[in-house]
Amino acid sequence: LTGLANLMQDVLWCFSQVKGTIDVGVAEADIISTVEFNHSGELLATGDKGGRVVIFQREQESKNQPHRRGEYNVYSTFQSHEPEFDYLKSLEIEEKINKIRWLPQQNAAYFLLSTNDKTVKLWKVSERDKRPEGYNLKDEDGRLRDPSMITVLRVPVLRPMDLMVEATPRRVFANAHTYHINSISVNSDYETYMSADDLRINLWNFEITNQSFNIVDIKPANMEELTEVITAAEFHPHHCNTFVYSSSKGTIRLCDMRAAALCDRHAKFFEEPEDPSNRSFFSEIISSISDVKFSHSGRFIMTRDYLTIKVWDLNMENRPIETYQVHDYLRSKLCSLYENDCIFDKFECVWNGSDSVIMTGSYNNFFRMFDRNTKRDVTLEASRENSKPRAVLKPRKVCVGGKRRKDEISVDSLDFGKKILHTAWHPAENIIAVAATNNLYIFQDKVN
Amino acid sequence: MFVRGLKRKCFDGEEDIEGTLAGIKAIPSYNLQRQSLLDMSLVKLQLCHMLVEPNLCRSVLIANTVRQIQEEMTQDGTWQMINTQSTGQGSLDRLVSTDILCRSSREQAEGKHVLGYSTFNKDFEADQAQDSSETMSTTSSEQAPRNLQSNVWEMENLQENKGNFQKSLDQIFETLENKSSNSVEDLFSEVDNSYYDLDTMLTGMMSNTKMGHCDGLETFSSPTTTASNSNCKSDLNELDHIVEILVES
Repeated sequence: LTGLANLMQDVLWCFSQVKGTIDVGVAEADIISTVEFNHSGELLATGDKGGRVVIFQREQESKNQPHRRGEYNVYSTFQSHEPEFDYLKSLEIEEKINKIRWLPQQNAAYFLLSTNDKTVKLWKVSERDKRPEGYNLKDEDGRLRDPSMITVLRVPVLRPMDLMVEATPRRVFANAHTYHINSISVNSDYETYMSADDLRINLWNFEITNQSFNIVDIKPANMEELTEVITAAEFHPHHCNTFVYSSSKGTIRLCDMRAAALCDRHAKFFEEPEDPSNRSFFSEIISSISDVKFSHSGRFIMTRDYLTIKVWDLNMENRPIETYQVHDYLRSKLCSLYENDCIFDKFECVWNGSDSVIMTGSYNNFFRMFDRNTKRDVTLEASRENSKPRAVLKPRKVCVGGKRRKDEISVDSLDFGKKILHTAWHPAENIIAVAATNNLYIFQDKVN
Repeated sequence: MFVRGLKRKCFDGEEDIEGTLAGIKAIPSYNLQRQSLLDMSLVKLQLCHMLVEPNLCRSVLIANTVRQIQEEMTQDGTWQMINTQSTGQGSLDRLVSTDILCRSSREQAEGKHVLGYSTFNKDFEADQAQDSSETMSTTSSEQAPRNLQSNVWEMENLQENKGNFQKSLDQIFETLENKSSNSVEDLFSEVDNSYYDLDTMLTGMMSNTKMGHCDGLETFSSPTTTASNSNCKSDLNELDHIVEILVES
C-alpha cells in the first residue's frame, strides 16, 4: 500500500487527535471560531464563541514512540474577550474571537493578536519555571521580616518550580471600529498590523494603542448607497507596503501604501467576468468572497467564495489562473440555502507550506483538498467514527443524482448544521487542524 | 437555528420530481418564484432586530438581491403603480409593510408622484394619533388591507419626518466615529425621537406566514420576460429606501 501511495503521490491522511467534548448538546460558547498555527508550527491556537483562547503545544518527538509524531497538548487557556454592551446603540458586543494571528517569535515569549468584533488585543504567553528564593526582607511565605532580626545578607537565587504558563494582555486596541472586524493581519515589518471591518481598514503600530491610521474607507457619504462591503484583508508576506482586501461583490483589490495615505485607489483590481449562463438572483451572493490568503511565496492569492476556490496570479487581474469547485452540487439548492441562511456561511481557505495544496471546508463535516500540481482533489470527513488512532481517512463522495453507490452520500442527506469553516495547515509539515463545531481534529499524513 | 431538521428541509432537485406525486404539482411560475424570493428577502431584513448588531455583509447582500428583483420587475412591467387597484387575490397577503416608511428624497426630487401604497401587512397598524412622527404601534388583531386613499395623508406626513430620521441616523453614525466627541449629551440631544419609533415599528413587523417554501424555486435560473399584472407594488425607490434604512439599523 505504501508503494502504491508513492506511485500516486497522494498523501494518506490519518486521524491523530480530537479535542473537545462529545456531548450531544453543544454549548454555543464552545463553538470554535478560529484556528491558527504559529510560524514554527509548534503552537496551535483556537478561539471560540465564548471569547476563550486555547493554545496547544506540540510535544517533543520521542525516540521511544516514533509513530506518535508530536501530539498537541493544551499549553495555555485564557479568557481573551468578554461580552460587552454598547450603550449608545443598545446592542451587545459579542465576545466571539473572530481571528487569531501569531507574531513571529523574537524571544522566549509568544505573542498573538486576538480580536472580536470591536477590539484587538495583543497577548503575551510566557513560561515561568523558576522562582527566586532567599529574599532578605521577607521570608518564604512572603511575610515581612523584622529588620532588626536580619544579621546576614544573602543573594536570592532562582530555583526550579513547576512550569506555569501565563497569558497577559499587553496591549488593547479599542474604539477604532464602528463596524465588525473581520480580519487582522500582521505586517512583515513586525511593527505594524492591520484590522479590517466591513467598511474600513486601520493600520496600527504595536506600541501605540490610542491611535490608528485609516488606510481604506469604502463607506459611502450616503449610507443608502451602500452596496458593497469589505470581507477580508491580508498583508503581503514579504512586501510590507502591499496588502489585499476582498469584497462582497467578488472583487479583490491590491493596494500599495506608498502611493497614498488613504489607499482608496487600488493598485490592482482582480475580478473575473461573470458567466452569463450561470446568472441568477443568487449570483452576487455566491460571488461574495469569504476569505483571501496570500501564498507563502507571495506570488499568488487564493480566494474562497460560496461554491469555489480561486487562485490568482498577482500579475493577472482579469481572471484567476485556477478555479476549483468545492461543492458544485449545491448550485441547484441555492434557494434553500438562502432560506436557511447557509448561503451566508463564511468558509476559510488555507495553503500548505509549499503552496502546492489548498484546503477548505464544506458541509456535513467534509473538507476538501486540491493539489494544484496533479489537479487531484479529495474529500475527507472529520467525524468521531474515523477517530481511531492513526486510522487512514477514507475519501468521501457526494452523489448528485441517479444511483447512489454504497459509500456515497446524497446531497439531500448532507447535514448543513455540521459545517467546517475554519481549518489550518502546519507551516512546514503535513499536519492539519480542522474545526468541526466544538471539536478540533488534528490529522497527519501517514508515516511510513 | 437550522441545525435540526435541515436535511429534510433541503428540497429535492428537479430530477426527483419526475414520476412522483410531487411532480403532478406544477412548478410555480417564474413570477411567483420571484415574488416569493422578494418576500423572503424582506423578511430576512426585518429579522435583523436582534440583541447583537446584525451582520452588515449579509444585510447588504440581501438588500442587493431585493434591489435586483425590483429592477427586473420594473423592467418587465410588473412593478405597477397601485393606482390601478388591480391587486390579484394572492397578493393581498403579501408582505409589503415597509411601504409605510418614507419615500426617498431622490424620488421627491424627480417629482414622481406615488399614487398610493399597496396592501399592508395585516399585523401592522399605523398610529394616526401622532401627527409629527412616524410612530407606529402594532396590533395582533386581524386587519383588512386598508383603503389606499386614506393613507395618502400619512405618506405626506412621513415625508417630512423621513428627512429627520435619516439625519438622526447619519448623525449617530458620524458621532460614533468621532472619537474625540466631547460630550455624550450632545449625541443624545441630536437624536430624533423618530429613531426609536422606527425601531418599535420594525419590531412589530411580522413575517408573512406563507414564507418558507422553496418548492420549485430550485429551478430558479435566469429571468425570462413574462408579462404579468398580478402583482402591484409601491414605488421602487420607496422600497429601496426602506431597505437602506434597515441595512443601516
